[in-house]
Amino acid sequence: MGNPFPLSKVPVGRKVRVTDLKLEGFQRRRMLDIGLVPGTEVKVIRRSPIGDPTAYLVRGAIIGLRRDEASKVLVDEN
Amino acid sequence: MENCCQSCVSRSFSADVTLRGRYNVWQETGREKVIALAGNPNVGKTTVFNSLTGMRQHTGNWPGKTVTQAQGRFVHDDHSFLLVDLPGTYSLLAHSTDEQVARDFICFGRPDATIVVVDATCLARNLNLALQVMEITNKVVLCVNLLDEAESKGIRIDLEALSEKLGVPVVGTAARSGRGLDALKEALCRVATGQVAPAPLAVAYDEEVRAAMEQLLPRLEPLLQALPHLNPRWVAMRLLDGDEQFLDSLTEHTGAGQPEAKEEVLLCPQ
Repeated sequence: MGNPFPLSKVPVGRKVRVTDLKLEGFQRRRMLDIGLVPGTEVKVIRRSPIGDPTAYLVRGAIIGLRRDEASKVLVDEN
Repeated sequence: MENCCQSCVSRSFSADVTLRGRYNVWQETGREKVIALAGNPNVGKTTVFNSLTGMRQHTGNWPGKTVTQAQGRFVHDDHSFLLVDLPGTYSLLAHSTDEQVARDFICFGRPDATIVVVDATCLARNLNLALQVMEITNKVVLCVNLLDEAESKGIRIDLEALSEKLGVPVVGTAARSGRGLDALKEALCRVATGQVAPAPLAVAYDEEVRAAMEQLLPRLEPLLQALPHLNPRWVAMRLLDGDEQFLDSLTEHTGAGQPEAKEEVLLCPQ
């Protein structure tokens, strides 16, 4: 277990686990609703050619997040 | 109620009908049960809808919204049902028009029961919506769909244990092949007619939040008498959340804080 880092920094193909959300209010709720609850495994599927957004596999569904959104999701090695 | 004037009788009789009418939902008879159909996108909700209602359906839009609305009818055990398909959503906390439409109908369209269709292959992600619906109303039937797909992936779901944990009837279906649909209709019939009163799992909140909610309840409960299936605790949570959109809907539907509508005064000249 290292220090948590932002999901936006995770390279394509890696699997990580959510530790915390640095978000409040509606944005936080939105992330929780799509299944990004602490403890959830996330796999980075692919990044768009210009580097943003990125597709993630979350609980059986592929979710696209922008870099600024993903940077607020803290993760740790799986 | 029998001694009341003609117009009052019609008014009290039609309270549900009028509320539902705002959503373009018109029952054929007062005895027809209104059922809302909720679920995440891509869980086979439309397949469930089609297989329950067959050809007896009608599509249009939700009033004032560019969101498609489908309604259909079916009969089970001499009871007739009007099924209203809600937009597929992950949540009911109204981040989008779809979520607002789905939430407002469950809250204010007074469905006699709500089916939540969930995907058996990714139950965890789907139960978020189920829990949200169960917080709003106890009249819920959980439909665990795509059982055939789950089986082919080696996923086995203990429906009885799920029902016990959640406190609502749970029915497994594979709507494409029609499997489980009779059981779904039966469970629905029992909940909608009141033969079964589910007691859903209550979400536990922090002590601080719970105390704040308890403070609001005595003032909220009298306002919500006209909406008996709406859980006052959930309404209190939305108010604590500062959800203004919900507060607007609540004011619109309960008329709380607003003068009586003019037509009603004319209907009752005494």
